[in-house]
Amino acid sequence: MTELIHLSADALSQKLAAKEVSAVEATQAYLDRIDAVDGAINAFLHVNTDEALLVAAGVDKARTDGDTLHPLAGVPIAVKDLIVTKGQPTTAGSRILEGWQSPYDATVVRKLRAARMPILGKTNLDEFAMGSSTEHSAYGPTRNPWDLDRIPGGSGGGSAAAVAAFEAPLALGTDTGGSIRQPGAVTGTVGVKPTYGGVSRYGAIAMASSLDQIGPVSRTVLDSALLHEVIGGHDPHDSTSLTDPVGALVEAARLGQVEGMRIGVIKELQGEGYQAGVLTRFHESLDLLRSAGAEIVEVSCPNFRYALSAYYLIMPSEASSNLAKYDGVRFGLRVVPEGTPTIERVMGATRAAGFGDEVKRRIILGTYALSAGYYDAYYGSAQKVRTLIQRDFAAAFEQADVLISPTAPTTAFKLGEKLDDPLAMYLNDVATIPANMAGVPGLSLPGGLADEDGLPVGIQLLAPARKDARLYRVGAVLESLLEATWGGPLLAQAPEITGGK
Amino acid sequence: MTAVTDEVLSFDEAMEKYDPVLGFEVHVELNTRTKMFSSAPNAFGDVPNTNVTPVDLGLPGVLPVVNGVAVESAIKIGLALNCRIAEKCYFARKNYFYPDTPKNFQTSQFEDPIAYDGSIDIELADGTVFTVEIERAHMEEDAGKLTHMGGATGRIQGAEFSLVDYNRAGVPLIEIVTKPIVGAGSRAPELAKAYVAAIREIVKNLGVSDARMERGNVRCDANVSLKPKGQEKFGTRTETKNVNSLRAVEHAVRYEIQRHAAVLDSGTPIQQETRHWHEDTRSTTSGRPKSDADDYRYFPEPDLVPVVTNDAWIEKLRAELPEPPAERRKRLQADWGYSDAEFRDVVNAGVMSSIEDTVAAGVSAAVARKWWMGEISRRAKLADVEPAELGVTPELIVELNALIESGKINDKLSRDVLDGVLAGEGTPAEVVEKRGLAVVSDDGPLLEAIDGALAAQPDVADKIRGGKVQAVGAIVGGVMKATRGQADAGRVRELILQRLGVEG
Repeated sequence: MTELIHLSADALSQKLAAKEVSAVEATQAYLDRIDAVDGAINAFLHVNTDEALLVAAGVDKARTDGDTLHPLAGVPIAVKDLIVTKGQPTTAGSRILEGWQSPYDATVVRKLRAARMPILGKTNLDEFAMGSSTEHSAYGPTRNPWDLDRIPGGSGGGSAAAVAAFEAPLALGTDTGGSIRQPGAVTGTVGVKPTYGGVSRYGAIAMASSLDQIGPVSRTVLDSALLHEVIGGHDPHDSTSLTDPVGALVEAARLGQVEGMRIGVIKELQGEGYQAGVLTRFHESLDLLRSAGAEIVEVSCPNFRYALSAYYLIMPSEASSNLAKYDGVRFGLRVVPEGTPTIERVMGATRAAGFGDEVKRRIILGTYALSAGYYDAYYGSAQKVRTLIQRDFAAAFEQADVLISPTAPTTAFKLGEKLDDPLAMYLNDVATIPANMAGVPGLSLPGGLADEDGLPVGIQLLAPARKDARLYRVGAVLESLLEATWGGPLLAQAPEITGGK
Repeated sequence: MTAVTDEVLSFDEAMEKYDPVLGFEVHVELNTRTKMFSSAPNAFGDVPNTNVTPVDLGLPGVLPVVNGVAVESAIKIGLALNCRIAEKCYFARKNYFYPDTPKNFQTSQFEDPIAYDGSIDIELADGTVFTVEIERAHMEEDAGKLTHMGGATGRIQGAEFSLVDYNRAGVPLIEIVTKPIVGAGSRAPELAKAYVAAIREIVKNLGVSDARMERGNVRCDANVSLKPKGQEKFGTRTETKNVNSLRAVEHAVRYEIQRHAAVLDSGTPIQQETRHWHEDTRSTTSGRPKSDADDYRYFPEPDLVPVVTNDAWIEKLRAELPEPPAERRKRLQADWGYSDAEFRDVVNAGVMSSIEDTVAAGVSAAVARKWWMGEISRRAKLADVEPAELGVTPELIVELNALIESGKINDKLSRDVLDGVLAGEGTPAEVVEKRGLAVVSDDGPLLEAIDGALAAQPDVADKIRGGKVQAVGAIVGGVMKATRGQADAGRVRELILQRLGVEG
């Protein structure tokens, strides 16, 4: 069964189609793996054993009956616990939603169900997706399968770690400032933030509506493309969702092509603050792409240096409003304080007890930034920076078909290392945030291990809005070139996980 | 409640010293099939918390979707108020914590309303016309309905607990905001009433709202301030919230003018605040302090894309607009030839449209008025409903009238026929048949009845024979009684006179 869980989603789907393995066997193998290692990883907040096996059994029966099935039917998947699911709890990693069950499915979950993909469970995250380490989860941190003392990235550390630890072949994440890509980078997995509007946000618990995007997490570029095609497309429930067709992403990943493409190295996303081992692996990737016939050009995005600051005004502003609904009145936690329980006191006590420090920090920041008299200086200025970043991207894409950078400036840091220094934590997203600010798609894939610590390094590819296919086309080539140098997938080099039971 | 009644100055005295400045925020609930941002039904009076989707409850993960019909209604209202329509406008979040607001923010519009810079002419009863400038009309969503239980006042203060019904949460609202209205002087209360009446009439005429104030379809917040005569600068205003009948609007504005005047006379500054209107005491009490610095932390709603209009769309909607109410009234009065008094009565009785439909169905304006102002209005009053709600159709009136004109029935019988039709007994002709209501036109039975009546009153018969023709009424009455009203009184008279050999 060990081989089964090491298969890519694509390979598993072929074995399922050929009836070499059943969906129940595959699902059970992953459930067994979760049982074996998740005690050490803590990637899952909820394991959906019964339903997953039921769905898998249904797929097996349908296949026996000769029904037409989606290629990913029977391929299990984990879902970030920020995405609502009927029949399973959804916590957003917060005490304030402890025990809450959604009466409706997110659009992406409906699509998973339509494709008949067994949902293994809900994965851990920083509370309301606020963080870069998954340490801000109210349910304990997730650990990095490469080194259990290190963070798996965040906010989607649970999804990335689950995929890296072979607890799931695929997972869904959400990416507001890098929450899919940065965990992908530090766990040696692939993560994609689609074009803003490319995947419906309906049912993704909002942190910052204008930045949030659901996307795939996987072990290969092709697997992300397969999942992206399942979840993408217009949704009438999301006014910001694009009406464009999803595009031939799987085809782009299968063909893979960089010859004659111009790949732009973003001058501002390297150098100071970037770990030496990260830059070494990054430059090796550039060499590989060049050798495969790509033209490597340097582009400048001078306003990217303001991206982090602007992000930390826009994101908390929107979050302060999006999180106002958690007040103990309609759902979730309700704390009734001693004394006369007025509505203000119940709301206050509920929010005081239900939200963690990082969430409170951002609510306060955002409330301040939107306040009369400060709005123009903070939120208003930040929106202007956003326009400038969009212009930087537009100019860069005049010179290059795709852009490239390290996904994160460092490899995985130690648990607790940056907990007391929010600014240092925020800096880990410096390379991923610009894509969210401009709505452009980004993909992170493993670029090897840093020499100094032996931990995974992520390479980020960025494409113009609606050109997600380019990410897969280039990503697939770089992936195969890198794997040729490693003699197999990077995750084959990951250590055995012990003490998981 | 035992409201502390403030000092007030007499209205006349207030008017001698001060000029009132008015301003109105009128909220109009649209009658769209679904809510502003969700597919939940927009319906009044249903079981609490049944017309809700996850969106209306603000559950985690939900997103709003704009109701296109509501946008068209907003544009129509804007056009009817002679506003400019924004080429592109945004929704904004108005952030405040209150349990009737599921998301703890209201999705509204802030800097760029869909309609702006309009005006309407308001005609008072004596024909005086005031032009009221419209600052903006914007789209937003209604809040849920709170019912505070266990307190003395029905307000949240002092309540033991509160019930919340989210059926109303998310109902589409258009908020219409005037510019400050100056120069109304002592006509201010009257103008206030007429303005709200005009808005109600316009949105009803457009068909975009049920416009029933008693159901809160049209709600008025009335702003009042006073400035000493001759002063340019406006005084401090108060905003009397949710004044929800036309009469109350007039009274509330009058009361606030009188109260402001007394406060200002005493040398105290007016407190900028919201006020609550109390119908029972016809007075206002202090609500919460309100300042221009109320911080709702507005910002553009990131979950919605901007509403973009274009000339073709706007012109299509403009072409669909019904005739404006004031012009329509002028045209109908001229067409029908009613006197000013007759027409005013018709308008006040709320039967103008019914008469219009009835005339269109094929009777004269005089006949239509006779029915709607007479029998139907009488029945409506008894049943305590609007005349139009009785279920009397124009076609029914046409049929009844045809039966009368053909002599089959008379006016009195026509009321019985109407009873039968409204009781579901069939068409007027069928009711005449079933109830045996036709006028007795066969002379045989009539002569029998006449002979009976003459025999019963020989002295009257003698008088008539003696030339006192006017006495025939008594015999006619006897015949009508004997035939249970089913005789044609004119024919009965003729026959009596013939029988007695007297010339009519």
